[in-house]
Amino acid sequence: MTRYPGCLPLTSPAAASSVTGRRISSRPAWAALVRRSGSSEEECPQGVDPMAPGNPIIMAVGPLVGLYPLASKTVAMFKSPHTGNLGESQAGGRSAVAIRMAGYGAIVIRGVSASPVYLVVEGSHVHFRDASALWDLSSAYTTGTIMRQRESGAGVRSIMRIGRAGERGVTYASVITETFRHFGRLGLGAVFGSKRLKGLVISGGRSLPVADRRAYRALYDQIYKAATESPVMKKYHELGTAMNVLPLNAMGALPTRNLQSGHFDEAESISGERLAAEYLGRRVACAHCPVACVHLGTLRLPYPKEPYFYKTSMVGYDHEPIFAVGSLLGGSDVSGIFQLLDEAEVQGLDVMSLGVTLAWATEAFQRGLISEKETDGLALEWGAYPAYIAATKRIVKQPNDFYRALARGAEYAATIYGGADFALTFGKNEMPGYHTGPGCHLGYLTGARHSHLDSAGYSIDQKAAATGKTLTPEDVAAGLLEEERWRQVLTSLVVCLFARGIYTPEIVFKSLASAGFVCTNDDLTRIGADILRRKVAFKRREGFDETTLRIPKRILETATPLGVIDEEFMRKTIQLYTENV
Amino acid sequence: MAKRLSVLDAGRCVGCQSCMFACARRPGLGGLAASSIWVKSAGGVRKGYVVVVCRACPGPPCSRVCPTDALPLRVGGGVRLKPELCIGCRNCVEACPFGAVLWDGEHDKPEICVYCGFCAPYCPYDVLKMEEMTHVER
Repeated sequence: MTRYPGCLPLTSPAAASSVTGRRISSRPAWAALVRRSGSSEEECPQGVDPMAPGNPIIMAVGPLVGLYPLASKTVAMFKSPHTGNLGESQAGGRSAVAIRMAGYGAIVIRGVSASPVYLVVEGSHVHFRDASALWDLSSAYTTGTIMRQRESGAGVRSIMRIGRAGERGVTYASVITETFRHFGRLGLGAVFGSKRLKGLVISGGRSLPVADRRAYRALYDQIYKAATESPVMKKYHELGTAMNVLPLNAMGALPTRNLQSGHFDEAESISGERLAAEYLGRRVACAHCPVACVHLGTLRLPYPKEPYFYKTSMVGYDHEPIFAVGSLLGGSDVSGIFQLLDEAEVQGLDVMSLGVTLAWATEAFQRGLISEKETDGLALEWGAYPAYIAATKRIVKQPNDFYRALARGAEYAATIYGGADFALTFGKNEMPGYHTGPGCHLGYLTGARHSHLDSAGYSIDQKAAATGKTLTPEDVAAGLLEEERWRQVLTSLVVCLFARGIYTPEIVFKSLASAGFVCTNDDLTRIGADILRRKVAFKRREGFDETTLRIPKRILETATPLGVIDEEFMRKTIQLYTENV
Repeated sequence: MAKRLSVLDAGRCVGCQSCMFACARRPGLGGLAASSIWVKSAGGVRKGYVVVVCRACPGPPCSRVCPTDALPLRVGGGVRLKPELCIGCRNCVEACPFGAVLWDGEHDKPEICVYCGFCAPYCPYDVLKMEEMTHVER
């Protein structure tokens, strides 16, 4: 192990106050799951300021990581500076496999460092590296490059880092891992920044014994075959999630110009089909996942001072980023979209919250709630990417009160400047790219982390649209609860939610058994329900109140494929969900 | 004729590491300690990947630097590991110009490819293939 001049010993007063590694592999699965999911409430003091040293960061993996394909996610739990409540964000890349291979079930980071540091975990060795020279670097790409060059473990490590957005407390700053994967939502990057933690490099290469070697290989092959050949995975490894753009647009469910419409005339230009045909440069995978859903587009920019000279970069794209900075901003210029996505990567921002916040700002500008006085001379017009890129830099730099407000998201900005009716936030978190009916929005509202991935309400809407069945609040509440409970199990294992069609309850039992954990169907059902209840209890402890949930008026004004959403239906469903959770 | 693992086109590698996990799984283990394949980024994910496998050299430097003859030559190219002779000096790791001699930290021994080909079918994009070796006189 090379020791660098700036390397601080674990006991140094300048080092962050506490790092704890937990090994869960010897614990029964249910205990690991409950412990894992429950660790926020155990570690997080009631009422703690999300930016205070007492806010813990817990990064946990699960019992299937390193054993089976597509079990490659890390769950980060923290108190969110964006919502002031439960923070949960999941990332792939090499993070999960690296944490498990280093020998840990979870990593807990508490306290604050006196000066900037980044953490290096190599198996059982933990080092604090001086990061004061890395602080305020203009690009998170550069930070990643430096950590890559300085540290060992190439190929079996994860390099997590923040950009300036995290350093400066933008409440929706991300933590970037392996450049194109992120702990994107709910502001983990700002919590890193508040601890003066610039990054975390973790590596290891251990082996994991299994109960029955022959059965392990046979089950592995079954899962691997499904992952590479099953039609349920096809969309992820061909066009990627960007294939959703055209079908959603055709049904009128693609949020456009801050959801003034569910239809974007220029959707063809930003479709997964067009991006694949004209821009897709490379597809890459998370560790231990043959699907390779990560789509990287090529951004080719001419150098203005000399002809025939170009800079070519790679930009990650998916449905959500394309919706957030494409249709929602009324833009179809792929080069502009890619440049804005690249800027979000440079600064370390959650691109979904960024896009929705910029969409609110654009409409507020058009309605005269704000002017060039607030925007510092920028004309925010639909599809005006040079202005959006300049505004993104200012959100991070925060030169005035307006950008300081935008740095806290659309809901906060609307409390200062007005326009709450068209601030598209749910539980203070900015919306995802579906306007399919009441189900999707109820999922955003009731979901523990206010994400479309909590309970997939859009799927309830789309099934209703396909079958012609009329939704009732009872059906929707029951559907959301059932899905969200089961997803607690999947996200504790930790299986990528794209693999939810593969990891059926039967496969989950079998894979847990081969890892040495025995549980029954009843156990899993009970564990899923218990985790969700405990998350909701944590949120209530921290002041969350379902009865005061804000429903943005805009979603009730713009028709969905299932018609205009009725507010009474929404309130009734929220009530039923709450009573039954 | 002896076979070896060939990297047909690293430009198609997506970095999923299915081959690395397959290599460890052949003896029935999860994780990566028992893997003798190494996939790493070529300077960040943006640049693609480097796939490191043992190319079964006819005059392998790893064998030449082994002080205890723990890496005798395999007939047709490459080496075998005699773990009972290995003293864990890591000379072989240093000697391989490809970095293809990986280290199993749990046993303190090198991980030496046995040219079994178990990994190749798990590559989703045909990056790896078992091939007959053709010798070049040198």
